[in-house]
Amino acid sequence: MRLPDRPARWAVGALLAGVFAVSFALAQLLPHAVTPAGAQAPDPRRSGTQDMGEALQRMQADDAANPAMLFVQLGEQLWSRPAGTTGKACDGCHTVADMKGVAVRYPAIPRGGDAPIDLEGRINRCRTEHQQAPALAPESRDLLALEAFVARQSRGLPIAPPDDPRLAAVREEGAALYRLRQGQLNLSCAICHDDNAGQKLAGVVIPQAHPTAYPIYRLEWQALGSLKRRLRNCLVGIRAEAWPLDAAPYVALEAYLMDRARGMRYEAPGVRP
Amino acid sequence: MSGTTRRTFLAGSALFTIVPLAPASATPEAMAQAIRDLVGGRPVREGRVTLDLPPLVENGNAVPLTVSVDSPMTEADHVRAIHVFNEKNPQPRVFDATLGPRNGRAAVATRIKLGDSQRIVAIAETSRGELYGASADVIVTLAACLEDLT
Amino acid sequence: MTNVLINAPKAARKGEVIELKALILHPMETGFRPGTNGTIIPRNIIERFVATWNGVEIFSMAFSPAISANPFVSFFAVASESGRITFRWTGDEGFSAEESVAIEVA
Repeated sequence: MRLPDRPARWAVGALLAGVFAVSFALAQLLPHAVTPAGAQAPDPRRSGTQDMGEALQRMQADDAANPAMLFVQLGEQLWSRPAGTTGKACDGCHTVADMKGVAVRYPAIPRGGDAPIDLEGRINRCRTEHQQAPALAPESRDLLALEAFVARQSRGLPIAPPDDPRLAAVREEGAALYRLRQGQLNLSCAICHDDNAGQKLAGVVIPQAHPTAYPIYRLEWQALGSLKRRLRNCLVGIRAEAWPLDAAPYVALEAYLMDRARGMRYEAPGVRP
Repeated sequence: MSGTTRRTFLAGSALFTIVPLAPASATPEAMAQAIRDLVGGRPVREGRVTLDLPPLVENGNAVPLTVSVDSPMTEADHVRAIHVFNEKNPQPRVFDATLGPRNGRAAVATRIKLGDSQRIVAIAETSRGELYGASADVIVTLAACLEDLT
Repeated sequence: MTNVLINAPKAARKGEVIELKALILHPMETGFRPGTNGTIIPRNIIERFVATWNGVEIFSMAFSPAISANPFVSFFAVASESGRITFRWTGDEGFSAEESVAIEVA
């Protein structure tokens, strides 16, 4: 192509500079999506809800049909039931509105403590320290019901692990457990849930394993259960030593998983197959 | 998962026929017998009954099921009963619902247990003594990583 | 009494067809499952569910062991008059549960 001769080239240059200047100025005024930098990439993370069939998604979304809501109702009844030598109920110290945002920031290290606890640990800490009542047994109906009731108050909020710097070491421990190959099948959580999420295992989609909906009504259990119970099922599934329900590593693993799910929408209480 | 969950079985003839899916197993015969016990010699017609079941379920413990019947639900012409049967569970009944004009709409939804992939049959009885039927096949899968190794 | 969740409108127009949903906490043990020691866990199910409107039966359902644990039922009713809709479940081991809701029909 033959360049235009000198005077025309100058005009073209000025024209181009002018166009650039105007569009640059416009770009400062228009919303970010229009800038050359491009729109934000969609979140590649999927909740297990999205990997279920339509019928189960509807069951979870309908409070009148979600079996977990029976446990939320029980939790609501327990919330105002006096316990322990103090004769205080949960509502002696807290309003239900106080519970909004609580479930999404666990596991956490409690004030005056140094070990991380999950939401169940927090409920039991309230019972033993403030109600002077015995702790509720792991996976007991009352503990799960209170957990479901408290968790329900955070539904719709983004998962928000706390900024406590002491949790960094806990999350690292959890991450190491997540990547640990174990059991007769020598599998780690990461092999299924990072490397093969979205693929099918025995006809069912492998989820990414974000704890967005716990506690869940698992159809397999025909009951409500905690993340610990579900993680224990994973250990059984990979033919590894299933840690007892009060084992501390569950809390570290949960701390890692909640950090991995940071910002995702909390959907508790969920339904899962 | 996309697509409708409406499943209405259409046979070639106007009469609804119950054909056991797996003749070798005892239970499809039990279902056929249970249906015969209910209908006697009366014909079971096609149409009017819609049996809504997911074609594939992730766990057989709680399968959502809806049976709806096209009926004016008037005093003179209404559905008076809906009977549901299964083919492969240890026993062939699922539920029997009694309805009447006070329902306004003949539709019942519940959740059922299915021990295996199988056929479900729904038969509706009208106040005029007519029988209408529909069936649906469900594939039952299981999630990985269950509580027990068995 | 065991936990029950009823979903019904608090008000309806006369003649309107409304949907009623009921969920109840119950194990619905089929009687076909082996326990950990191999012996069958005894059957323990709800056998009958009945709904009445101001005492008049509007719907009933006979459950079999094929109904899921923590059973859910939904059905429809014509809003006839103000009053109470009552839901009753009975079953094995003398099980009985009842819950009713008020409804305003104008």
